[in-house]
Amino acid sequence: MKQRLMATALAAAMAAGPALADLTVVDTSYRTGPYAANGIPFSDGYQDYFTLLNERDGGIGGEKINLVECETGYNTEKGVECYEATKGEGGGALVYQPLSTGITYQLIPKATADGIPLHTMGYGRTSAKNGSVFKWVFNYPANYWDGASLAVTHILNQEGGDISGKKIALVYHNSAYGKEPIRTLEELAKKHGFELTLLPVDHPGQEQKSQWLQIRRERPDYVLMWGWGVMNQVAIQEAVNIRFPMDKFIGIWWSGSENDVKAAGAKADGYKALTFHNLGSDYPVYDDIQKYVVDAGKAAGAGDQIGTVLYNRGMYAAVLAAEAIKTAQEMSGVSAINSEQMRDGMENLEMTDAKMAALGLPNFGPEFTVSCENHGGNGYGAVSQWNAEAGEFELITDYYQSDQEIISKLVVEDSKQFAEENGIEPRC
Amino acid sequence: MPEQLIWGMEVFLNGLMSGVLYALVALGFVLIFKASGIFNFAQGVLALFAAMTLVGIMDGQVPFSNLINAVFGTEIYSFGWHVPALAAILLTMVVMVALAWAVNYFIFRHLVGQEPIILFMATIGLAYFLEGFGDIMWGADIKNLDVGLPQGINATIDEVTYNIFGYGFFIDNLDLWATAVAALLVIALVIFAQYSKHGRAMRAVADDHQAALSVGVSLNFIWVMVWSLAGFVALVAGIMWGTKSGVQFSLSLIALKALPVLMLGGFTSIPGAIVGGLIIGVGEKLFEFSVGPMVGGATENWFAYVLALIFLVFRPQGLFGEKIIERV
Repeated sequence: MKQRLMATALAAAMAAGPALADLTVVDTSYRTGPYAANGIPFSDGYQDYFTLLNERDGGIGGEKINLVECETGYNTEKGVECYEATKGEGGGALVYQPLSTGITYQLIPKATADGIPLHTMGYGRTSAKNGSVFKWVFNYPANYWDGASLAVTHILNQEGGDISGKKIALVYHNSAYGKEPIRTLEELAKKHGFELTLLPVDHPGQEQKSQWLQIRRERPDYVLMWGWGVMNQVAIQEAVNIRFPMDKFIGIWWSGSENDVKAAGAKADGYKALTFHNLGSDYPVYDDIQKYVVDAGKAAGAGDQIGTVLYNRGMYAAVLAAEAIKTAQEMSGVSAINSEQMRDGMENLEMTDAKMAALGLPNFGPEFTVSCENHGGNGYGAVSQWNAEAGEFELITDYYQSDQEIISKLVVEDSKQFAEENGIEPRC
Repeated sequence: MPEQLIWGMEVFLNGLMSGVLYALVALGFVLIFKASGIFNFAQGVLALFAAMTLVGIMDGQVPFSNLINAVFGTEIYSFGWHVPALAAILLTMVVMVALAWAVNYFIFRHLVGQEPIILFMATIGLAYFLEGFGDIMWGADIKNLDVGLPQGINATIDEVTYNIFGYGFFIDNLDLWATAVAALLVIALVIFAQYSKHGRAMRAVADDHQAALSVGVSLNFIWVMVWSLAGFVALVAGIMWGTKSGVQFSLSLIALKALPVLMLGGFTSIPGAIVGGLIIGVGEKLFEFSVGPMVGGATENWFAYVLALIFLVFRPQGLFGEKIIERV
């Protein structure tokens, strides 16, 4: 009887516990707290793609993906706790995608010591692009400094190539994240002769009257925004209130989701935001997600976020992680890779148009290659614009490259300083 | 007139309007503290919960739909109707009264006579519970709130000031409405507290629980009434803030704006909350306008709390608060 009970308990534990998979991917999500509205669609996209691979393909290279979710609430301390609690899951986590610049900064030394790669897609420490210093951190396909340059290039294109004497204001979240583009914008201001005004907004950004009164008084030609969460909605509403032309208001990719514009209604029409991936749900991969994940009742969320900007971004992050796993498997000849092999796979990742088309995502993201020297991709992005009537962002430019002349110099300077402070010998 | 002075006047007026919005949040704190001595940490979350409930009712959203669907395998999200704003506000008030009753029945009735710190800790627990409960009930997505309040620049003020100063002042229509509503609310609350039977009972409970009980005042009834009033004030604050930014979790953080207002105006004075709000609103906006550019900006929160700190040093009971003297 006792043996039978033990056998039953063991069988139940095996059935109820996590799959005995060898490819553990951790989703440090935030479905609660002030940024939940953004965290939910990203996490849904990230998880649904891995679920699709498990259900449709039986995993990657014959290995099922063991997806572990940990709630951070966008809180740095909780994010670190999640990392510590999950890094040993299922034989060891392969990669982390913290979706928070604050958490990323705390995890860089920890992940480096533990030998677990971080993928901070479009956020985090920008100079981590220099892979010779930041061996375990990757921020492809684009970073904040690329974003700053892409925005200025778009303004240059709008103004016929000359923006000398123009005024550009940056409304930014007064945090490590919001301050990231300042140095690049200052360099670009010197190069192109525009006047830069900095307008910090304190967390959470519910109150921005002073900043927008200043914008109304000083009448900048363009306003750039580095916001997140409620700061975006309030800024766009305040811009509407002071009748600032929406087509001259450009947000970074974290200020360009449906959540950000809907509160302002029809008057937000024309607002622009940068992006490093395509929009909408008109891609073959979504048919598969619907069939194998949503209809099968295995979606991470309610299945109502598919095709939104942040769902697409979460899914794209999962696509890039999955392709890095495939690359690592090919390189090592092992299907059950470890975190070091994962890192090698990320460092040798090559995303081509043909590969994206084969994945059911034609023209979804720019082509890029990762190398020892370059963990940040090639800095390609595009501009999207809110169509209030259609209720969606639309891509209004092709992908174009950021000003590598300035950004490469800044990346080298910043990463060199980090290497000196931390006694790191550049690898390549 | 110098340009800086004209702009300063515009900033001053906008500071007054912001101050009214801060005061709206502070009022809820004052009501509960006045009647029960509880510093209600959950006041911000009450505003969020009230606004979420209002939008949910207006949009005909099925409460707990995700939970129901997950348990029963259904696909129910909406009743398919739209409730007019006024009716939805009344229904939300019913929910807030029910919540007030539940808060008293399940929490505070068991804590009568406990130390203030215990009551404060209970409100922290309540705040976390309500955050999660609200999410499960109505979902964590950002909800648009439109009860018909106008937003954007007031054209008349813009035109009049332009004719006088050659520069049109920006005053948000929503802020003007908030000011009018706040004024009515304060007048109603003062009349209620001074002249109604229940208002006098509320003040009696505030002065001395035991003495009020001895003359037949029901402590339970008064506490439910006060939490209901705080819920109503939270609903008004939630409508004003939620109209601007959409109803989302961050609404609960507006309580942070009320703390310096309370320190300044006093925790026990309804007019104090208003005056404190106006001083903080005007002070922080003028400071940001004049000193902000010299120090890199984002001085508003800093200024509000520093001003509150100064008041704590020189007048700990606030401008209108009661000086509490405890004798051995």
